[in-house]
Amino acid sequence: MAEFRMPSLGSDMKEGTLLEWRVKVGDRVKHGDIIAVVDTDKAAIEIEVFEDGIVETLIVQPGQKVPVGTVMALIRQEGATGARAIPVTAPALEGAPIRAAQEVAPPMERIARAVQGAFEPSAPRDETQRLRASPYARKLAAQQGVDLSLLRGTGPGGAIRATDVERAASGVESTASVAAAVEEPVTRGPVPSAEKPTPLPTGTEQPRVAADPAAMRRAIAAAMERSNREIPHYYLQTRIDLSRTLRWLESENLKRSIKERILPVVPLIKAVALALTETPELNGYWIDDRHQPQETINIGFAIALRQGGLIAPAILQADTKSIDEMMECMRDLITRARAGRLRRSEMTDATITVTSLGDLGVETVYGVIYPPQVALVGFGKVTEQPWVENGMLGIRPVLTATLAADHRATDGRRGAQFLDALNTILQEPARL
Amino acid sequence: MRTKGSKKAAAKEAGVTAVDREHALHLLRSMILIRRFEAKCAELYSAMKIRGFLHLYDGEEAVAVGVLQALTPEDAIVATYREHGHALIRGVSPGAIMAEMYGKQEGCSRGRGGSMHLFDDRTRFYGGNAIVGGGLPLAVGLALADKMQGKARVTCCFFGDGAVAEGEFHESMNLAALWKVPVLFVCENNLYAMGTALKYSHAVQDLTRRAASYDMACEAVDGMDVSAVETAARKAVAFVRGGEGPYFLECRTYRFRAHSMFDAELYRNKAEVEEWKKRCPIETFSSRCREGGLISDEDLATIEREVAHEVNEAVAFAEACTWEPLEDLTRFVYSERRRP
Amino acid sequence: MSTSTHAMRKITYREAVREAIRDAIQKDERVFLMGEDVGRYGGCFAVSKGLLDELGPARILDTPLSESGFVGAGIGAALGGMRPIVEVMTCNFSLLAADQILNNAAVYLHMSGGLFNVPIVIRMATGGGRQVAAQHSRCLDGWYAHIPGIKVVSPATVEDARGMLWTALEDPDPVLIFENSGLYNMEGELAVDAGPVDIDSARIRRQGKHITLISYSASLIKSLDAAEILAREGIDAEVIDLRTLRPLDEKTFLESVGKTHRALIIDEGWRSGSISAEISARIMESGFFDLDAPVQRLCSVEVPMPYAKHLEDAALPQVDKIVDIVRSMVGANG
Repeated sequence: MAEFRMPSLGSDMKEGTLLEWRVKVGDRVKHGDIIAVVDTDKAAIEIEVFEDGIVETLIVQPGQKVPVGTVMALIRQEGATGARAIPVTAPALEGAPIRAAQEVAPPMERIARAVQGAFEPSAPRDETQRLRASPYARKLAAQQGVDLSLLRGTGPGGAIRATDVERAASGVESTASVAAAVEEPVTRGPVPSAEKPTPLPTGTEQPRVAADPAAMRRAIAAAMERSNREIPHYYLQTRIDLSRTLRWLESENLKRSIKERILPVVPLIKAVALALTETPELNGYWIDDRHQPQETINIGFAIALRQGGLIAPAILQADTKSIDEMMECMRDLITRARAGRLRRSEMTDATITVTSLGDLGVETVYGVIYPPQVALVGFGKVTEQPWVENGMLGIRPVLTATLAADHRATDGRRGAQFLDALNTILQEPARL
Repeated sequence: MRTKGSKKAAAKEAGVTAVDREHALHLLRSMILIRRFEAKCAELYSAMKIRGFLHLYDGEEAVAVGVLQALTPEDAIVATYREHGHALIRGVSPGAIMAEMYGKQEGCSRGRGGSMHLFDDRTRFYGGNAIVGGGLPLAVGLALADKMQGKARVTCCFFGDGAVAEGEFHESMNLAALWKVPVLFVCENNLYAMGTALKYSHAVQDLTRRAASYDMACEAVDGMDVSAVETAARKAVAFVRGGEGPYFLECRTYRFRAHSMFDAELYRNKAEVEEWKKRCPIETFSSRCREGGLISDEDLATIEREVAHEVNEAVAFAEACTWEPLEDLTRFVYSERRRP
Repeated sequence: MSTSTHAMRKITYREAVREAIRDAIQKDERVFLMGEDVGRYGGCFAVSKGLLDELGPARILDTPLSESGFVGAGIGAALGGMRPIVEVMTCNFSLLAADQILNNAAVYLHMSGGLFNVPIVIRMATGGGRQVAAQHSRCLDGWYAHIPGIKVVSPATVEDARGMLWTALEDPDPVLIFENSGLYNMEGELAVDAGPVDIDSARIRRQGKHITLISYSASLIKSLDAAEILAREGIDAEVIDLRTLRPLDEKTFLESVGKTHRALIIDEGWRSGSISAEISARIMESGFFDLDAPVQRLCSVEVPMPYAKHLEDAALPQVDKIVDIVRSMVGANG
């Protein structure tokens, strides 16, 4: 019998409220399934199960707030016999943090693709201990919106000290953390997640979910401040004739039901993913004075939230997804982002960000890069413009695409090649 | 039990003849006041109005009453934890003493001291010292200050036979004799240091020999005889005030009651107590005065009536007094005024 | 207190104390010095050398070896209107007078409901480091600081050695002055017109930003030496001289820790139940959220002081140990 416990999703998470069970007694669950939604101080979060088996008992009821480590459900392994006595609901003093740490470990498939720099849930590095951070470091972290659980301390016994928080807040990662990421890539990520936007539930769709716009604002502020302070941006802009892509999209959509139709932004994102395979330097991170291009292309797609703020959940492995898969993925992301139910990996794994503000009439986007990413692609409104091609003047739907890139990681020439590749792909939409 | 010394204390007759009627009434009244006041204390202790330690002076009244006759208001007193009598006779108000034992803020030590720590600056009454022997060095210092300032004051220090075994006794005797400071050491020898008899505590049981070893003037007197004590004290105080150095006066007396309220008295037998009670300082002095025609039974009745009233007044006062507010708990740890 | 505008002179700690005693006796006719060998011998540590001839036997009073007797007499004299300076040769001997200090001096004011204060000053040598073994090497400053009703001061500079005595004499309550025997020969700069200094506040003796070293008496000097070494490594230590162990000026060290976020207490007393434990506890109570590292303490090793030099050195707080602990607390990147 396995115990499903309230996970610790961050060092400062002491308790969580069960919002709903996604399973019922008798359901067969497998490792990685979402079986519950839990509200924390930060947001409602979908919780994965890390056992295969059959739901034996649901101990905690929706609406109940329980401390981290509390047994919430019992999962019976297949072949095992019936239930034993229901364990106490209070967390075992010593065991709880260990168990919580295991439960937030990533699912197997993600482990398999995890590489250096991948972002994983906040497992305490020493699983036999609670997170060690000095009181002052905790105070600073709270003030600056830094998630301590993602830091590696340089103090005695690996304790996080103020200097570690300050470094994280200013974007300078300690060498220790990078080393750790290399040695044990699946146990932690080198970048504080708080520097990325956190998912925020909307009041209308999920009135029961507590929201903290101020905290989100602080997190965005910290990330943008760091970006502007540290990243020497360069900007490139190009106008792209989108007539071929739009014609292709129109014909593609004719084959689909209304529900399955593809939004214009989807081919744009797919094109970005493909262009990145030709200019991989723009896909990745700048960490600890080192350019670290990533093999996996996870495109963060900025989604504005109705009550303000934005988040950029990642479309994972965007270059490998078909247009339809990507559309489905985006739909799901948008829905869950606005419901505040993004998964941690989606919030932390983006390797580049795409911002499209065309629906608001913006022609040109001058992006600010999300550290530690090294590039941001901006799309403006598609407008009909006079266009000369082969000496012929015509009216074409034109998209202004921009690239904001980190000059430490790449030079303008590389950026230009990317935009050129992007343009080329969009002129040959069949490649999408 | 009679000691060799008490036989030697032969000033009895002289003392009685020196007493006139007024003074006889005063001495008797003083001793009765102590006895009745403390009887009330014992009662109130049982009624839980008074708590902590309560040491009663029954049987020893002649010592405090006799000695204090010899002092002037400028002189200083350093007493022990069995000091209700000394405070009363020195002139500390019975109401303030009773209130102190109640723990009330109108008590003479604002409820900070209790039975063992009665203090009064007006009468230069320096406690109320409950570490046996601890008051002796203070007395030497008070006298040293007087000597340095050229003041002809006497510091009178009371202590028991138990203190004589303390190092501080010897240090103080040596310092006082060395510096020739104006201290009157009054040893209230009641034969027991709490529950241990003198003979089990002291190699030399004639305590005046201790003083003599410091070349200090000394005398032993029958501490059950108020006149004898007064006479000896007047002589001693005159010596000290004359600048001739300290003086050691041993008053041989006996405690009728237990050491404190929580004492099963296993260390002495009732017969011994009864034998000493026959020498009760109040009874013997009263009898002698009546036999000599100095006072009448009516006088005695008047004294009893007045004392009873005074004691009742003290209790009523204490009952009516107030409790120090808790906010003042930490007052008087350090001075609230800076002395010039 | 800035003395930069005053003419300065070199003076030893011993001479500074002597000047303070002479000055006090000359200023106030109630003041006198008493103690073992303070007169004809000139003081065990030569502090009062020459004062008997200068001021006469009425003001410089040799006492027999009766610590309880003469300390008690000092208390009595204070009650009787005098302002005695009682010298107890070393704090080790003060234990013979502990009854008078704890049972009388410390409680008389309270026990009498505010009637009788005891304006006595008791000076005593404290500390180890002179190979005089277990019975003569205790540092009891902090031990006495446990007792409400007395004030405990530990001058570590010539300025304080010169200035604390008068303020202590003006204080209406008992003040114990602990003079570390290792400091008597220390030379320092003192203003020609140096006068009284307060006895109720700590001082920052060295400004710094990476760590706060909290100390007093001889350990303060070691802490300052350590800070110099650390400064060469880029570690900027703030050094606080407690000066007064009771009442403890916690504001000064809490503010400092609020700035540096680290504290190391250097205390010649033993670690268990020490003043360093008290300081550490107060930092926990009031400065916890400012801490970036656990408070550390360097105290005397918990043994009676051994005679052999190498053992004694190892038992006492030393500069190199301070430096090592600070390094480990601050780390290379501060």
